[in-house]
Amino acid sequence: MLKIERRPAPVWVRAVIPLAAILVTFILTSILILVAKANPFEAYYHFLIAPLSGQVSAIEVLVKSTPLLLTGAAVTFAFSAGYWNIGAEGQLLAGAIAAAGLGMALETFPPIVAIPVMILGGFLAGMVWAAIPALLKVKLAVDEVVTTLLMNTVILFLISFLLNGVWRDPLSGWPQSAQIADSAIFPKLIPRSRLHLGFLLAWVVIGLIWLVINRTALGMRMRSVGMGPEAARFAGVKVGRTMLTAALVSGGIAGLAGVSEVAGIHYHLIEAISANYGYTGIIAATLGGLNPLGVSLAALFIGLIDTGAQSVSRALGVPIFLGNVVQATLLLVTLGMLLLQNYRIRRV
Amino acid sequence: MYAVELKGITKRFGPVIANNHIDFQLKLGEIQALLGENGAGKTTLMRILYGLYHADEGKIVVNDREVQIRSPRDAIVNRIGMVTQHFTLVPTLTVAENVALGYTQGFHLDPKKLEADVAASAKRFGIEIDPHALVRHLSVGERQRVEILKSLYRDARVLILDEPTAVLVPQEVDVLFATLNRLREDGMSLVFISHKLYEVMAICDRISVLRDGKAVGTVEKEKTSQSELARLMVGRETFGVTRQGENHPGKPLLRLDRVSAVDKKGLPALKNITLEVCQGEILGIAGVSGNGQTELAQVLSGTLKPSSGEIRVGEKKLTGADPAEFTAARVGRIPEDRHGGVVGEMSVADNLALENLDKFVRSGMLDRKAILENAKRLIAEYQIKASPTDRIRTLSGGNMQKVLLARALARDPLLIIAPQPTRGLDVGATDYVRKKLLEQRDAGTAVLLVSEDLDEIMALSDRIAVIYEGQIVGVVAARDATAEQLGLMMSGAWEVAHAEN
Repeated sequence: MLKIERRPAPVWVRAVIPLAAILVTFILTSILILVAKANPFEAYYHFLIAPLSGQVSAIEVLVKSTPLLLTGAAVTFAFSAGYWNIGAEGQLLAGAIAAAGLGMALETFPPIVAIPVMILGGFLAGMVWAAIPALLKVKLAVDEVVTTLLMNTVILFLISFLLNGVWRDPLSGWPQSAQIADSAIFPKLIPRSRLHLGFLLAWVVIGLIWLVINRTALGMRMRSVGMGPEAARFAGVKVGRTMLTAALVSGGIAGLAGVSEVAGIHYHLIEAISANYGYTGIIAATLGGLNPLGVSLAALFIGLIDTGAQSVSRALGVPIFLGNVVQATLLLVTLGMLLLQNYRIRRV
Repeated sequence: MYAVELKGITKRFGPVIANNHIDFQLKLGEIQALLGENGAGKTTLMRILYGLYHADEGKIVVNDREVQIRSPRDAIVNRIGMVTQHFTLVPTLTVAENVALGYTQGFHLDPKKLEADVAASAKRFGIEIDPHALVRHLSVGERQRVEILKSLYRDARVLILDEPTAVLVPQEVDVLFATLNRLREDGMSLVFISHKLYEVMAICDRISVLRDGKAVGTVEKEKTSQSELARLMVGRETFGVTRQGENHPGKPLLRLDRVSAVDKKGLPALKNITLEVCQGEILGIAGVSGNGQTELAQVLSGTLKPSSGEIRVGEKKLTGADPAEFTAARVGRIPEDRHGGVVGEMSVADNLALENLDKFVRSGMLDRKAILENAKRLIAEYQIKASPTDRIRTLSGGNMQKVLLARALARDPLLIIAPQPTRGLDVGATDYVRKKLLEQRDAGTAVLLVSEDLDEIMALSDRIAVIYEGQIVGVVAARDATAEQLGLMMSGAWEVAHAEN
């Protein structure tokens, strides 16, 4: 007879988990790939290997992971303090609005001024958008999961209002803002690629949040509030203030993701500026176990399968949605396995 | 013939041997105590019998037949029931529904019949409970009765009670003991897990003692004494730590002037409390649980704002101050709920530093070396069995309490607020905590001790204040106090008697 115990699995099992997850996902989704009349092995080659086999597509993986690094960092920061910020999506959009507005207004300034101002503006905009639910939480104990989520929809309508009204592009007439000034566009890190300053910014942020969470008094207060609010309060930690700080900084970081997408990729504000990066950031944060290094690996990994999904559909002619299915399955399997690593099976 | 026999039970948790080849026999129609300090392996052994754990080695024999118990369901089939420390009731269901839950037959449910059945069962065993009542409206004692009834309703003939008195107030203990006696007369066999000597002597026929996972002996109640049991339990005679001699208390340090406060539900919990605690004395707050002690400690720890009145420590006004301000005024506070008072997932070192974090910052960053050094020093000084990097939730209750004590005392407080500082601790840890509090008192610190253990109050306090329904009904010098007088005051009878005179 076999028995399940709650005890951490040995280290080698943990190391094998990502590979095992890919294998299980492969088995689960092969059926669908076969139904779509493609060869599962070929499909998986395109999913996981092809994006990394060429320089252009490998860089594209990094481009795709840039906003996820930032939203993942944003979510991690808030979650560490037990503040469940589901609103990174909305805070990203707030940052994007600020970036577009400032980017259009800063035409006469050189990049050395325009870019820092835009970054700062996007950070502040994200903070402001995060401040509403955060204050409601701290002052009136309103559940932040609900309010941060609802704020995402509110700002989507605000963008729609801007793009169909005052900011509508006078040249094309499309619902997008005018292009931001050349001086506000993020410089490329690698010439003739889409990899831009935002990628570097993301890593700086990842490094900073690691430092703050693990090596500062604020970080320790945040963790104590996240893991034991009553004990933290008893020990003299100002729980409300700590949570508010974490929520606002989290919003600011998410705002940076918006800046990065506007100034690094699109150069306009468009309604589809975020492909659910705010929500995927939650997945990256969870997959990465709220450890900044783990979160960044998770963001890179999600960037890889995002790129791979396009590659599969292009090469094999299967619907692009199949990519989404595989991606979602992989995430579910990985999360499930991360949970299982806390258990052991033993023969009785 | 025995109701239950355990033979050579061994259970390991990783490197720890919780039960080491334990033999245990439960006679028909007896109440047998399973006595031991925290961590001796009492609960583990009984969890094995009830199918919550599985023994690595050993046999279970029920009514002379070897049985396999893999789950509580198997235990129930073998007519074994258990009342665990943490109740497993659904608060939104009625008593009858909770009792029958998982034990109903067929698809159709007849609530009327169910209630009648449960009422009949309760009546038969002399358990006073209203089957219609919603469990969330019940007191802890009543909930425990529901748990007992649950086992009886499932035809249990063997009932295991895991520290059943830990959650009860004294009157409820009496009711519980009456119920247990009745069940024994009914021919049931009961196991009573406890670490309280006087309770064991009051209710049990035989007493089995466990120490460090081993059975050290089974004795008849008639042929033993509390001091023998204590010796078996800890391997030495303990007489407890008590206050020696009289101190000449100094100036009043803590002053409460007509302090009132409301509890979580918004009901008045403290009514015009006026109190003083002097330097170099222990003021004991005696009372039956739930008479405002928790709120009093919270008000003095900064976690509950008083609705009126004034609190002063020395010359400093601390009415409505937050925990950090209390700490800054050199008030050493110990949380009443130990487990809620530590951040379980954080290390011992981090928990020790948390109250005083600004001291451990160098050029904006945490000085992790200083945090570790601080922890090492306190661990050595307070004999805490842990390493600085251990997650604190892995510590035993006694060691956890030592961490909290160390944190409070490390800052050299003028005043110590100690609510229930020894609750749930084993004899060794209890003695240690009491010794530390007396040391502080002798060094001139003012100590406010809140305890529901009257013996503790009488052993440590210089003066005793009795709290009843949120009011201080009297303050007496400990040398003049008798248990009888305090008992009357605690039950509210004193006031009435005085009013009549």
